[in-house]
Amino acid sequence: MERTIRVLVAKPGLDGHDRGAKVIARALRDAGMEVIYTGLRQTPEQIVNAAIQEDADVIAMSILSGAHNHLFPRVLELLKDKGVDDVLVIGGGVIPDDDIPGLKAAGIAEVFTPGTPTSATIDFIRNNLKRKA
Amino acid sequence: MDAAALLAQRVRAGDVRATARLISMIERDDPSRLETLKTLHAWTGRAHIIGITGPPGSGKSTLTDKIVSELRNRKRRVAVVAIDPSSPFTGGAILGDRIRMNRHSTDESVFIRSLATRGHLGGLSRATSEAVRVLDAAGYDDIIIETVGVGQSEVDVVRLADTIVLVSVPGMGDDIQAIKAGVMEIGDVFCVNKADRDGAERVVREIRAMLETAVLNGASTRFSVLYASLAAESAIPDSVAPETHDYFQQGAAHHIAKQHHDHGELDLPPVLTTIAESGEGVRDLVDAIKAHETGLVSTGLLAIRRRENLAWELGKAAADRIQSVLEHEERKSAMAELASAVLEKRTDFYEALDKLERSLAAAYVAQES
Repeated sequence: MERTIRVLVAKPGLDGHDRGAKVIARALRDAGMEVIYTGLRQTPEQIVNAAIQEDADVIAMSILSGAHNHLFPRVLELLKDKGVDDVLVIGGGVIPDDDIPGLKAAGIAEVFTPGTPTSATIDFIRNNLKRKA
Repeated sequence: MDAAALLAQRVRAGDVRATARLISMIERDDPSRLETLKTLHAWTGRAHIIGITGPPGSGKSTLTDKIVSELRNRKRRVAVVAIDPSSPFTGGAILGDRIRMNRHSTDESVFIRSLATRGHLGGLSRATSEAVRVLDAAGYDDIIIETVGVGQSEVDVVRLADTIVLVSVPGMGDDIQAIKAGVMEIGDVFCVNKADRDGAERVVREIRAMLETAVLNGASTRFSVLYASLAAESAIPDSVAPETHDYFQQGAAHHIAKQHHDHGELDLPPVLTTIAESGEGVRDLVDAIKAHETGLVSTGLLAIRRRENLAWELGKAAADRIQSVLEHEERKSAMAELASAVLEKRTDFYEALDKLERSLAAAYVAQES
């Protein structure tokens, strides 16, 4: 049987709305994935602990507030501290092109900016999972 | 130490990743989980298992969040298994119960896991019972099962939980009437949530009336079913004629129920009001949940309830195994052949069924050996 992909969708930081994250959550659901939706204003600690408890294959974060350079790397740092190296971490939201190389260097596998078709995110997840079994 | 024993040891030691990973193995029916579960079995049976059920939108997740906080105030370690439905079309799911509870994510004494039903009906996912056992062995004191939003007959949680909280809300009008027959019968503690809304008192009255009537009628609510099994435990004197055994036990059930009632040991299920959003009434609700547990233990009903539930689960698991034999290609073609025979009047339905049952039994024995 094909393995069900579990994705934790989270909004780190103080953004006030999560429409974009919900659109992605829906798209992933319709692609047959299980989406654990954690909602607004999550701290990196909450996100990482939730991902561990949920045994998520993927953490997908969306940020609009501009705090991505701080919050995204913090999530990766916490994962590393806890010895978690098999979770795919992706980001999205309003993120300037200039910031993307730095985020990737920090370990964000891919960054999806506004206008990306949801199918691109779905394909990326399917092709880049870190664990198969 | 082999991998299974090591995993069990990590779960026992409170390793959250190991526990989470084992629950995933359960979810995908990974046969290698079984050795670990067998090892963990020795440490199960300690937790108080609390089911929270009710219609969609009744506030189960918010209530669960507040119950977790209250249990944490009482220094209990708490696990939550929250179930949401999978899409029957894509298999995907949005598991959103966690939104209301994620503030507990950084509390090391709280473990929250979302499960999708993955095609399972009845209000739970197939993995739920094993997941609960794992969390029990992992040392959580209280395990809360939050079911999917239920309609009329998703009552599987009865088979797992020691104490069931049935959540209702005002303003559902006739829907309350509609669910009375199924789901409404399974509550041990009734909770009318969103009690600041109009009509809360009416819902409380309706539930009380329903419960009183059910007991007066000797109707088979879960409550009286359990008394009946308690009565079945008591020896029937030789002087009682066999044909009146049922009647005798009915009387005994009534008698035991009344005794417990008179001693204040186990009263009618309480009906409480809460406003989960603000936390109002939650402390009383947790008191009622814990009082129910105390009552179950002091009356001996806990052991009976657990044994009945486990017997049911064994039967269910056996049926699943037989089902898997039935789904073999060989069996499928045999069924197609039998169907043709019935349609062409070479045999009748019941003869065909007998034949199928015999071949199934033979196949089952062959597979076992």
